[in-house]
Amino acid sequence: MTLYALCFALFLVGLYGILTKRDLIKIILSSGIMGYACNLMLVLFGYRHGGMYPILEKGREGAAMVDPLPQALVLTSIVIELGVTALLAALAIRLFQKYKTYDITKIRRLSG
Amino acid sequence: MTLPYFIAIPLFTAFLIPLVSRRKGTPAVVLSLAATAALLGLSIQAFLRSPGQTFVYRMSGWKLPVGINLVQDAFSAFMLCMVSLIALTSLVYSVKYIRHLGQDWRYYALFMILVTGMNGVLLTGDIFNLFVFMEISLLAALALVAFGGRAQEFEASFKYAVTASVSASLILIGIAVVYSSTSSLALATVAESLSRKNPLLVLWVGGLFMAGFGVKTAAMPFHAWLPDAHSSAPAPISAMLSGVLIKTLGVYVLVRIFYNVMGAPPLFLHIFLVLGAVSILAGVLLAVGQWDIKRLLAYHSISQIGYILLAVGLNTTLGLVGAVYHMINHAVFKSLLFYNAGALETALGTRDLRKMGNVTKLLPVTSASSMIASLAISGIPPFNGFFSKLVIIIAAVQARQPVYAVVAVVGSLLTLASFTKVQRYGLRGERPVEKLVGRVDWGMKAAMIALAVLCLATSLLILPGIREATLDPVVKVIMDKTQYALTILGK
Repeated sequence: MTLYALCFALFLVGLYGILTKRDLIKIILSSGIMGYACNLMLVLFGYRHGGMYPILEKGREGAAMVDPLPQALVLTSIVIELGVTALLAALAIRLFQKYKTYDITKIRRLSG
Repeated sequence: MTLPYFIAIPLFTAFLIPLVSRRKGTPAVVLSLAATAALLGLSIQAFLRSPGQTFVYRMSGWKLPVGINLVQDAFSAFMLCMVSLIALTSLVYSVKYIRHLGQDWRYYALFMILVTGMNGVLLTGDIFNLFVFMEISLLAALALVAFGGRAQEFEASFKYAVTASVSASLILIGIAVVYSSTSSLALATVAESLSRKNPLLVLWVGGLFMAGFGVKTAAMPFHAWLPDAHSSAPAPISAMLSGVLIKTLGVYVLVRIFYNVMGAPPLFLHIFLVLGAVSILAGVLLAVGQWDIKRLLAYHSISQIGYILLAVGLNTTLGLVGAVYHMINHAVFKSLLFYNAGALETALGTRDLRKMGNVTKLLPVTSASSMIASLAISGIPPFNGFFSKLVIIIAAVQARQPVYAVVAVVGSLLTLASFTKVQRYGLRGERPVEKLVGRVDWGMKAAMIALAVLCLATSLLILPGIREATLDPVVKVIMDKTQYALTILGK
């Protein structure tokens, strides 16, 4: 239970960062933290207490194993996050070239 | 089985385009037009071939608890037709329009990835697969919003990307909760086992999905990214985003999850009603005050999505007829309005309504088609918007929700007011425009004429006889609720 609570706390740290930080890079990092919390949650859901790695071997057919499917899902979601983070970083670089700042309070051409 | 082609054709085209086009854009244009035309043909054929039937395609032959399946029923076939239709007109519109924004083969490659993602979302029968396709289409959409390369486009795209990543996290947690409680990811098996679980679980999962996909739908409290992203994108992309993306990633997925998987829990239907009503009023009120024509249209998307959500929340057959019908109508007239805005921007060099004037002489096609679209969105007969709004209002009255019916009527009146403003200042002002900055070419004209004709043609869908063949099978799939799972599992 403690682990789930810590995982949720990590998610909230990310959300807090996205909502309150003014620096583009810090926002990108916060969105990364939030993604890590989700991935951790998925892996935790697949964990079985005392479970082994999920590979069938001679001699330990009956042993408890952790659930391999969430691990596969996490791999996919890490790749997706990589893509999103790269895109965000590219956008941040282009925004810096245009505005000469990373401060979102100064990047306000759109409003209303 | 044509199911995998809907994903394979655009994906293959997207990877072929960079290979065949070095400097020139012509092969890219030809390839992507051919691919979307093929998709349109396939989807219309899939929709008309056997209405009311469900087709399941098992990837690599794996049966359900293990494998990922693609499912095509009347609802997804209907949405596929809509996506392909708007994609084709949007590409025709882009042929010349996109030239001034830079190397155009990249645009076509991204466009085809966007179509891949949307088709994947519509066809997949697996919730994690849906998440992956959603992210594919979002990445393409983000790149396309920033395609113009101006400062405000990057700003809009960044805002959209951060919002999208928050909502993706919520959806991923929802998927994790679903998997940990049902040990399955296929929508059909989830639907089957979720009905036997604790009702509290439905509340959790529903809340997470409602928040996550609510952001994609841009219903009112989650709307902040939409006006920026939809008004900054190039006009054909705005049409794709407003016309079909918020419906496939938002409304379609919400209806699929809350009706077909969860069996329409009353609490969430009530949330649909409230979100819909708030979006209708707040969206249109914010729209009336706008002077930038594309921002005005973007706020109207929020308001029109409100109508669809309201109708979905009514949980009656007539209400869902209204929702499904308004979805196709909104796709047609909102795309047309964005094409008009793009044509005006090209011809006059501004998006500010105050700087426009009378262009009825110089731009006959644009002003005529924009008149048709404005009448359609404001709900004036005989255009399509009138019939779908009428159905929604009648359904609200019949479902004993007179307050929501009044909200829908008021929203429609305010829509009329704001489009009177567009016509009065933007196209039929007092000051005649002397000369044009740019030219509205044949591709733009063809796309606008085609959609203007469709604005009239889609109003035929409600006629008895045609309605039985088109809208009713779609509504039947939704109203059968968790029967969806039993059909797929073959019980």
